[in-house]
Amino acid sequence: MTELLEFSEVVERFDPVLGIEVHVELGTKTKMFDGAPNAFGDEPNTLVTPTSLGMPGSLPVVNRTAVEYAIKIGLALNCSIAEMCRFARKNYFYPDLTKNYQTSQSDEPIAFDGWVDVELEDGTVVRVDIERAHMEEDAGKNSHVGGSGRIQGAEYSLVDYNRAGVPLVEIVTRPIPNTGGRAPEVAAAYVRTLRDIFRALQVSEARMERGNVRADINLSLRDTPESPLGTRTETKNVNSFTAIEQAVTYEMRRQGKVLSDGGTITQETRHFHDEDGSTSSGREKSDADDYRYFPEPDLVPVAPSREWVEDIRQSLPELPNVKRRRLQAEWEISNLELRDLVNAQALDIVEATVKAGATPAAARKWWTGVIARYCNEQGIELDQAPVTPADVAELDGLVQSGKLNDKLARQALDGTLAGEGTPTEVVAKRGLEIVSDDSALEKAVDDAMAANPDVVEKIRGGKVQAAGALVGAVMKTTRGQADAGKVREIIMSRFE
Amino acid sequence: MSELLTKTALQLADMMAAGEITSVELTRASLDRIKAHNPTINAFLHVDEEGALATAREVDEKRAAGENLGRLAGIPIAIKDNLVIRGMPTTCGSKMLEGWLPPYDATVITKIKNAGMPIVGKTNMDEFAMGSSTEFSAYGSTKNPWDTERIPGGSGGGSAAAVSAFMVPLALGSDTGGSIRQPGSVTGTVGVKPTYGAVSRYGLIAMASSLDQVGPVARTVADAAALQEVISGHDELDSTSLDVEVPAFEDIVAQVGADRVKGLKIGIVEQLSADGFEPGVEAEFEATVKRLEDAGAEVVNVSLPSFEYALSAYYLIMPAEVSSNMARFDGMRFGLRAEPETGPVTAERVMAESRGQGFGAEVKRRIILGTHVLSSGNYDAYYGAAQKVRTLVQRDLDEAFSKVDVLVTPTAPTTAFKFGEKIDDPMAMYLNDLATIPANLAGTPGLSVPCGLSEGMPVGFQILAPAYRDDLMYEVAAAVEASAGEIAGSCPAKEWENN
Repeated sequence: MTELLEFSEVVERFDPVLGIEVHVELGTKTKMFDGAPNAFGDEPNTLVTPTSLGMPGSLPVVNRTAVEYAIKIGLALNCSIAEMCRFARKNYFYPDLTKNYQTSQSDEPIAFDGWVDVELEDGTVVRVDIERAHMEEDAGKNSHVGGSGRIQGAEYSLVDYNRAGVPLVEIVTRPIPNTGGRAPEVAAAYVRTLRDIFRALQVSEARMERGNVRADINLSLRDTPESPLGTRTETKNVNSFTAIEQAVTYEMRRQGKVLSDGGTITQETRHFHDEDGSTSSGREKSDADDYRYFPEPDLVPVAPSREWVEDIRQSLPELPNVKRRRLQAEWEISNLELRDLVNAQALDIVEATVKAGATPAAARKWWTGVIARYCNEQGIELDQAPVTPADVAELDGLVQSGKLNDKLARQALDGTLAGEGTPTEVVAKRGLEIVSDDSALEKAVDDAMAANPDVVEKIRGGKVQAAGALVGAVMKTTRGQADAGKVREIIMSRFE
Repeated sequence: MSELLTKTALQLADMMAAGEITSVELTRASLDRIKAHNPTINAFLHVDEEGALATAREVDEKRAAGENLGRLAGIPIAIKDNLVIRGMPTTCGSKMLEGWLPPYDATVITKIKNAGMPIVGKTNMDEFAMGSSTEFSAYGSTKNPWDTERIPGGSGGGSAAAVSAFMVPLALGSDTGGSIRQPGSVTGTVGVKPTYGAVSRYGLIAMASSLDQVGPVARTVADAAALQEVISGHDELDSTSLDVEVPAFEDIVAQVGADRVKGLKIGIVEQLSADGFEPGVEAEFEATVKRLEDAGAEVVNVSLPSFEYALSAYYLIMPAEVSSNMARFDGMRFGLRAEPETGPVTAERVMAESRGQGFGAEVKRRIILGTHVLSSGNYDAYYGAAQKVRTLVQRDLDEAFSKVDVLVTPTAPTTAFKFGEKIDDPMAMYLNDLATIPANLAGTPGLSVPCGLSEGMPVGFQILAPAYRDDLMYEVAAAVEASAGEIAGSCPAKEWENN
């Protein structure tokens, strides 16, 4: 591995300048420029038409829903929406690029000049300026067979064009300076903020692990914020929050080392490696890289009417940041407590649960605890969990009314997650209800005291805290269904 | 030759409607003539005898069953080889696409099929439609039926020759800088470039997308009008396709009387009537204008200064688009794939080798020119400046059409030249498109109609109309045709016919 400078030293000696390009795949029914289905996971080369295959004679037609989604994103990022914008051809060769040019937007993007506020874990807000958001099409996917799985040394390569032509919006930031030692955190928080916005807007499933959201990280170091910008590298296609944080950290430390040793940074694209969080040199990329952009002659300009844009603006949902602030005030809980609900989807579900009658604290606890862990294990999203906000509200109701204690509620929830029915049904089936019948408890306490004479001795000798062991014993014999408070009361009454 | 083949498409349609002939008879006559003379003329790259006869039989059966059929149902048609037909070889006159069978139909082909027109085959063309003589076809040049030592025009020489040699009554071509009109001019046929967007480009293998337009090739103005009616109309698969109602072109032409041009203002483009035009061409052009004047038209001189730069602008914009449109021909997915003889087989090297072997000289010339024109250091000076000229041409034409109804010019500066005469002189070849190019730059319609003979070779008369006024263009063309007499019909099938 390349030698790296300590992170603290990089921060001490340099001013990092960060720029991020985020690609998001839009969740439209069909592709950007043709009627092929926009779906994930089908057999290779089945979701194609002559146009998405770049067949001779085929022509593109702009997907109106993709334009609508791009406008939504632009508005959510406080951008101006172009009155007229054009597509351009970006000419370059790559085997998974069907036409050997990508239909994109160059100097006339659909949205430009915006900003978004990014909240860090400690509540610090960093405003990120957005230069532009433009529409383009995705490429297909190469897989290299034989050798290491990379193109070098492969026996042959296969190309799957199912993804070719999937609509993308690329969001480009202006440089995010003055991040000091927090560049890695800012980068991850920024992409997380965008991911939450995409989900709230329902323009994309925004699943990082599927590559629905990918970030290219531009990073350079300079001596002071007053110095001219340094040479940057672009780390391509980073697609998890951890990876983003690691990639920025690694590049800061690597560039820091090169510069402190008196070396120069090569302008290049770099690959990120999940295994060890490092980056390695990809293609050298000079500013002379010539894509020979020119207006796409096969497409007429896109001119979204002002009425349409206003309609879209009116229809925008409450954005995650705003919602978080509102709920924080309404529920009177701290920012720290809300911090778990970093993703917009969780926030929506918790809000729905509260609306269904749960307390904010309980709703938050169940969704970010047991249910989130379950989803993690199953590899599914929160909204795919086999439990609804109404179920969770019902569960909380059972706790509130004293029918369940925390431990029984957990068991009831496990039952619901296992498909045994609503919490009430699970309670009935498993006989989970709390035992508060006095005579039954009196008897259980007697049995426990008889079985634990040493503990009884200790309590008699003044060690009141030993009563806990008796409570535990009672809970055990009642399989957790006893009302723990009541048990303690009865025990204490025996020593009065 | 079968008597049938000398008739016009509309006459044949009438005969079929009256039950005097069948489509199978006509289609077989067409196929027989192609079989007999294509070895000499080389108008066809592929003939689909089975498919054409199957369509013909189907039409005959439907007609016998009393079904209501389209106006041109049963009339055989030839298709330029840059329009894709599902399952039929499509080469664009290039080695690059040899062996490729398109998996889909161009929209115009769907329309032709729906109209019940038997497709007899694909016609020869300059490689990827780049050229003015069909000498750049990878499959040998097409011969001009009027004189087999002469070029049939380009790039649509195959379609023009097929119609001119009575192999088919109708054909489709594509016109990027004059590739329907100039071949029409030198083979004595009617060639039409409709208003840009009037006919779908979906399935036309693009040469220069912003200039390309599919259009009819016929022996008479009325036949061309009827065919344009069949192929026109909005297409959701082509975003540049116009969403306007298709005029009843055939009826419009049918109603043209001798006095149709009376009171019309006809503009002669100063810049396109002087130097560089062959004396015989100029004489026939002037005689035609005189006849229009005699018929009551008001003839005025119009100056269109931007026309002087139109050719230069065209030869910057066209190759720029060509360089991008040709990029998909990379040996990866269809057509020719050539691997390097030595060294590693990488994607880049396969692409380079395939293109090296697959593309001919003119295509390579234009790719290199276009790449240069679009490169970042040259973009403004070349592409940017050319786009400005394009705007000026549009403006000049708009202004001219505010003063006159139509503009007229000779279609090409000369009659058909001899093979080899200009093949090594690209600039001389490019000059052939001088008069036809402005319409492509402006997106306006243009039509070439035979107006006379110069030393035994046909001369074309070009009519330019405002955008969306294809109807007016057809009317004037019908008047010109009436005054000149039928020229295409007189193609003196010479020595090749007796072979």
